[in-house]
Parts: sequence; structure tokens; C-alpha cells
Amino acid sequence: MPHAKKSRGARLLPGALASGSWLLHYSLMLRYAVRRLLAAVPIVVLVLTVTFAGLHLAPGDPVRLYLGPEADAAAAASLRHAWGLDRPLAVQYVAWLADFARGDWGTSLAQRRPVTAVLGSALGPTLLLTGASLALSYLFGVLVGATQAMRRGTGLDATLTAATTVAQALPSYVVALGLVLVCAYGATLWGWPPALRLPALGAESVGADFLAPGARLADRLRHLLLPVATLALIGAAGVARFARASIAGALRQPFVAAARSRGLAESRILVRHGLRNALLPLVTLLGLQLPALFSGVVFVETIFAWPGMGHVVVQAVLARDYPLVMATTAIFALLVVAGNLLADLLAALADPRVEVAA
Amino acid sequence: MKGGAGALLFRDRRAIAGGGLVLLAAAAALAAPALLGASGEGLGDIVARRFVAPLAATPDGALHLLGTDAFGRDLFVRLCAGARVSLAVGFLAAFTALLAGVAAGATAGFAGGAADRAIVALTDAALAVPRVPLLLLLVALFEPGVLLVVIALGLTGWMGVARLVRAEVRSLRERPFVEAARALGVRPARLLARHVVPNALAPALVATALGVGNAIMLEAGLSFLGLGVQPPTASWGNMIAAGRDALVVAPWVALAPAGAVAAVVLACSLLADALEAALAGEHARGTAATGRASRGTPLAR
Repeated sequence: MPHAKKSRGARLLPGALASGSWLLHYSLMLRYAVRRLLAAVPIVVLVLTVTFAGLHLAPGDPVRLYLGPEADAAAAASLRHAWGLDRPLAVQYVAWLADFARGDWGTSLAQRRPVTAVLGSALGPTLLLTGASLALSYLFGVLVGATQAMRRGTGLDATLTAATTVAQALPSYVVALGLVLVCAYGATLWGWPPALRLPALGAESVGADFLAPGARLADRLRHLLLPVATLALIGAAGVARFARASIAGALRQPFVAAARSRGLAESRILVRHGLRNALLPLVTLLGLQLPALFSGVVFVETIFAWPGMGHVVVQAVLARDYPLVMATTAIFALLVVAGNLLADLLAALADPRVEVAA
Repeated sequence: MKGGAGALLFRDRRAIAGGGLVLLAAAAALAAPALLGASGEGLGDIVARRFVAPLAATPDGALHLLGTDAFGRDLFVRLCAGARVSLAVGFLAAFTALLAGVAAGATAGFAGGAADRAIVALTDAALAVPRVPLLLLLVALFEPGVLLVVIALGLTGWMGVARLVRAEVRSLRERPFVEAARALGVRPARLLARHVVPNALAPALVATALGVGNAIMLEAGLSFLGLGVQPPTASWGNMIAAGRDALVVAPWVALAPAGAVAAVVLACSLLADALEAALAGEHARGTAATGRASRGTPLAR
């Protein structure tokens, strides 16, 4: 989905920018944003349609699942009518889409409360976990990749290549269990200082409500550390591999040789010429990474009992709580679509040559 | 594959290491029935035999290379038995995904027009759903089991192949040799099967090598969550789950299968890297492209 075509806009925009017409640039950006938003609509509708089909393919009658096997036929019929399940499928589909758009996503069969309420409390922790992991992935990934690009062909480069290749291939649940073993159990076993004995379950300690604000924040950060480290380790390895290739590619360009011959410092060449020109592929990478990140989150949240959407979806699958499973999957998909949209807009902001004008 | 690519592959250390690891796992899988027969599993005093450390012997004198689990079962034997499931699921799922991806990509690229637009839209939508939640959704709808896992992994893994094949087919469609075949009156179906698809498979091979690793990792992940292969059938995933409960008293119970999954996934990744470098005709050392968009998603899986 992320486009980085450098075609028609390439000829139009730099001229407009050079003439100082920033207004034109931003109006083009706005039009581009609207167009990308509209292009995402069919994908969202398709995802929602598949979700609706899944809800109806699901074995078992939702009314029976909700009421239990002992309920009498009259009660089942009245609930079926109340939920509108006795209407034609096409009517149900349109009504379901309208309900979904209005924020009425049905009732969780296992938790007996609105799906929106369950997901409302789970979305925040997941966004915190994925956001922090993404930020750290990029920070460390670009640092490692840039180091390798600067020291190409050395022993350090080879070591880091081997390390990132291995780390990238590690399944998230393996990393998570390894970190639990070392930082939660091992630290206690080997008598490490208490600061290094990290909690491996939940988002905060029992009774954290009674802590002072500062201590509570510290407690939350300590709980965040292991799950974020798991996702960030694997993510940073992926970013580093990509960054090494794209920064090294940029540093091979003639303008870098020109900058070097002008006597520019290596650090300045790296930042101004290497990193800057590697920015676009790295932003595009962001859009590609999101589905994988949200997949990793499912395992990490389950292992660390992190109260997010991954934890919710696994519990919902185990309980055969179909409305909740479908809604969580749809939200994951919507987050990916939104992330891709954001990556496309960032790419257009980072590089005006990206086709915003067509 | 091009003539020189095979030779390049055999000189590539990544291909040798990756291929060697996969062959080792395959040998373990083949040896599993014989080992299971010899181990006399489930007999004797379980309390004396449970949680025996690696390279230690039980009171009855049997040596356990990787130790034993909570039921006194030899972990090495279980690991070999688990390799059967993991490799079978990995290869079958990647093959299913390859077939589906080639079918979708070739149809879209060759037909063009409305069919192309519809398939591209479907591919984009399928790519927008993170794979694990989608797998969980499929698993929730049906009974968990090996066959379901294979089908679910195949159904959620075809998109990368489809995109690559579509792009190849679109460029091949306009080549002179395809045009010549068309001018000779070759029917479209035969044209596609004989002239276009075989030439469009090279990039799909790289994606499939990665796909095997991903499928093995996801099968183990699903089984770890209790939604894949069900015990007592040994699978690396449900072995990790069982070991997780004993992480403090006997860390090797979880570490052995976790290491096996990680090693095989790494092997597939190395093979894919080497394959891509060989197909690109470049020499493996140093200059090989490491991060690419075609590789898909480098972030946490």
C-alpha cells in the first residue's frame, strides 16, 4: 500500500517550493491526504465485510451461546428478534455496518459487557506498548544501521550483521520467555540488585493505586520494560538491517564523494547526506512493519499478562467469544490501515518528490 | 533458476549453514519414530525420572541428552517428534501459500482490468490484517488441529507471493517470446502455464523460503497459546508452553524447543538471504542486500 512513486510530482513540486509557494505545497498535501484516505475506504469496507461474514460463519447460535442451553424457545425467539437476527442477511449487513460506524459493536458473550467497553480499556495499553517499541526500534535500529554503514566491511560490521540477522529471526515468544527467565527469575536466583529484578506480569503492581504519583509512574515504567524490550529488540534488528542497506546506498552516491572532497566532517556527511536520503525508505518501512508488530504484540501481551488487545483476543478465542474476536481483529486491521496512511503522509512530508500532485 | 545461481548458492556460507540446519531437523524428524520406540516412554517411576537435567542419567541408568520434562519424557526424543509436526506444517503451509499466491498473482497480472483490480484490492485488504489475529480468528471458527493450522497459515500467507508474481507476470506479458507464442496461436491458459508462470517464480522462491520459517514460527506460536497442535502430540509450540510452567525449576524444558524453533527460523531466513543474493547474481559476501521491501516485515513477529 505505501506508495513512493517519484513521477509526475517530481517535476512539479521542487519548482513550486523553490518559488516559495509553500501554500501550494500544503494545499497539495491536503488533497493528497484526502485522496489516500478515500483509497483506504474500500479496504476498510472489505475488512468489515469479512468480519461480518466471519460472525455468521461462526458455529453455534449467538442467542443460544448467550442464554445458555437451558433457555426456553420463547426467550430465545424474543432475544433473536431484539438482536435483529430474524431479518434477511442483507438487511442485517447494512444494519451491522451502520451500528459499527456508530460505535455499537455488540456484546461480548463471555464478559457480558459491550465490546466497545472491553476494547476501550485494552486499546490504550496496546498503543503504549507498540508505540514505545516502535520508537525504540527506530532509535536503536538507525543507530546500529548507521554505525554499520560508516564502518562497512570491518569486523564490527560483520558482527552486527550476524547479531541483527539472528535477532530478527527470533520469535517474539522466545525472546519474551528468555527475558522472563533472566530478568525475573534469574535476577532473584543470582541475587542481582532489586532494581534489576523486573516484574514480568501485568501493567502495574498489586495495590499500585495506593502509591504516590511518582512511585506509581516508576512502577508502570518497570512493568513496561520487559514487554517493550522484547518487541524493540526484534524490531531494532529489522530496522538496522534495512537502515544499513539504505544508508550505505546513500553514502555511495556521487554527492557524498563531492561533500567529502569539500572537506566536510564525516559526522556531518552521515547526518546531512546519508541519514537524510535514507529517511524515505525508513518511513515506508514503518507501514510495512505494523502488521508484524501487531502480530508480535499478541504473544508478548499473553506472556506478560499485559492488559491490551492481544491479551483480549487470545482470551476471547479461548472462550469462543466471537463478537469480541471479530471486533479485535477489525481494530487491528484499522490500526494497520491508519498506520499505513500515516506512513504515506510522513513520506510525502519527508520528500516532496513523492507523488502528491497527480 | 538461472545456471549461475545454483553455483553461487553452493558457495554461500549462509546457504550452507541454513541448508545444513534444515537437513539436520529433517533427519531428526525422520529418526523420531525409531527413537520413540527405543525410549520406552511412559513406563517406570515418573517421580524419579521427571525434570532430569540435560546430560544427566536417571536412576535406571538411561542418559538424557537434553533432560526430561514434567512427565519424565526424554526431551531430545520429544524434540525430534516435534520436528515432524513443525517441518510438515511449515513446508505444507508455505506450499499452500505459494500455490494460492501464484494463482492469484498470475491471474491478476495476466488478465488485467477488473479482475486485476479486484485481486489487488483483496490482497491489500488481506495484508492490512495482522497475521496472528487473523489466524486466531480462523482458529476460533473451527476445531484446532494440524490440518486447520496448515490451511489457516496457507490462507494468511499468500499475499506476498501474489504481489511478487503479479509484478513479474505484468512485465513478462509484454516480452517478445510471450508475444511470439501468442502469435503462434497458443491459448491463454497454456501461455500462462508454459511460458509466463515458470519465468515468474524466482522471486516467489525467496518469499517461500521465508514463508516456511514464518509458518514454523507461527505454528509454534499458536500451539504455545494452546490453539494449534494439541497435546499429547508433541509440537515445539506446546512443548514451550509446557516448559513455561516449569521455567524456574527446569528451564531446559522450555529452552530446548525454543532453541529449536529459533534455529530453524534462522536457517530459513539465511536460506532466503542466500537465495535472493544468488538470484540477483551478486556475490554473497559484503555487498549482499540485507534489508529490502520484498522481504516483507522485519519487525517483531
